[in-house]
Amino acid sequence: MNLNMTLAGELIAFIVFVMFCMKFVWPPIIGAIEARQKTIADGLAASDRAAKDLELAQEKATAQLKEAKSQAAEILEAAKKRETQIVEEAAAKAQAEKEKILAAGHAEIETERNQAKEELRQQVAVLAVAGAEKILERSIDAAAHSDILDKLVAEL
Amino acid sequence: MSSGAEITSQEYIKHHLTNLSVGEGFMAVHIDTLGWSVFLGLVFIMLFRSVAKNATTGVPGKLQCAVEMIVGFVDDNVKSTFHGHNPVIAPLALTIFVWVFLMNAMDWVPVDLIPTIAQQIAGLFGVAPHDVYIKSVPTTDPNMTFALALGVFALIIYYSIKVKGIGGFIKELTTQPFGHWSLYPINFILEMVTLLARPLSLALRLFGNLYAGELIFLLIATIGLFQLPVHFLWAAFHILIIPLQAFIFMMLTILYLSLAHEDH
Repeated sequence: MNLNMTLAGELIAFIVFVMFCMKFVWPPIIGAIEARQKTIADGLAASDRAAKDLELAQEKATAQLKEAKSQAAEILEAAKKRETQIVEEAAAKAQAEKEKILAAGHAEIETERNQAKEELRQQVAVLAVAGAEKILERSIDAAAHSDILDKLVAEL
Repeated sequence: MSSGAEITSQEYIKHHLTNLSVGEGFMAVHIDTLGWSVFLGLVFIMLFRSVAKNATTGVPGKLQCAVEMIVGFVDDNVKSTFHGHNPVIAPLALTIFVWVFLMNAMDWVPVDLIPTIAQQIAGLFGVAPHDVYIKSVPTTDPNMTFALALGVFALIIYYSIKVKGIGGFIKELTTQPFGHWSLYPINFILEMVTLLARPLSLALRLFGNLYAGELIFLLIATIGLFQLPVHFLWAAFHILIIPLQAFIFMMLTILYLSLAHEDH
């Protein structure tokens, strides 16, 4: 063992190094470490929160999608119903129109037939008068005997 | 072996274990111990200071990562052992750990490398190789280890008195382990032994381990060519010894200061 003034020198060096370390080395490094730890902890917490939010949003989206699907199905159903209704209505309308047109046709035909009948009758009257004139070989006043002729026409 | 066959193994070992010294007796100063320890301390301080100056709270560089790993390791140990609030303990522990580690690490440098370089340089100034002494592992010098231990011891006394008061400190030294007043002197002797054993064991443990390690390196260096594998094995073994001794010194410092803060 050879203790001497080296010890004092080393002691001074030791004290100086420790004080320097205490003032200029330890605080910035440990400060940086702790600040980073805090940043990381905050980041992890934020990511946790974000994951939870995402889960919630996904749940919400799923629910909304389901609702939208059911709504779409409802709308489709209603549209189909309406479609058949329209088709039925149109068919009914067409049927009615057809019947109306048919009826009108029939009526027209009837009127024309009556008209033709009337004309034929008149002509028959004229022919009959002419025939009678010829048969009697004398002039018969058509006006004087029109009541008889009319009776004849009505009998035809 | 540095200078051939004209010196014996004994002389060789003795030469390597002698400090480069200035002055006589108690006033002597070991230039090599002081120089290497201050150099290594400056390496520690400047490296860590450069990181501290550029410390970013964002993404750290690789050097900052390495330094933060050491700082974090020391901080964890301090926090797990010392439960008060004291801004001195953690930087003290860091300084002790890194400084002692670097000084111990000089043990890995081949035993003849630094003395041979020193002899070559001294030879340029006309100094005979035999007169050049360099002991490059500062912790193999009891002056170094006792300086560290006394620094810690001073802090133990300072904090004991600061936390407990002089009365409390004296009370702690006298009233336990035996509670009766007539046994107080015996208590005092026992407690003084405990108190004084702390710096003594701190200093001697570090010195003993490193001195013995260095001595074995020197013995291995005397056995000729066969030294190479043996030297390698012993150096590999020191991968365990060197950080372990630095760690033990740091942990015991924290523990002793934590005990000094405890008020019974």
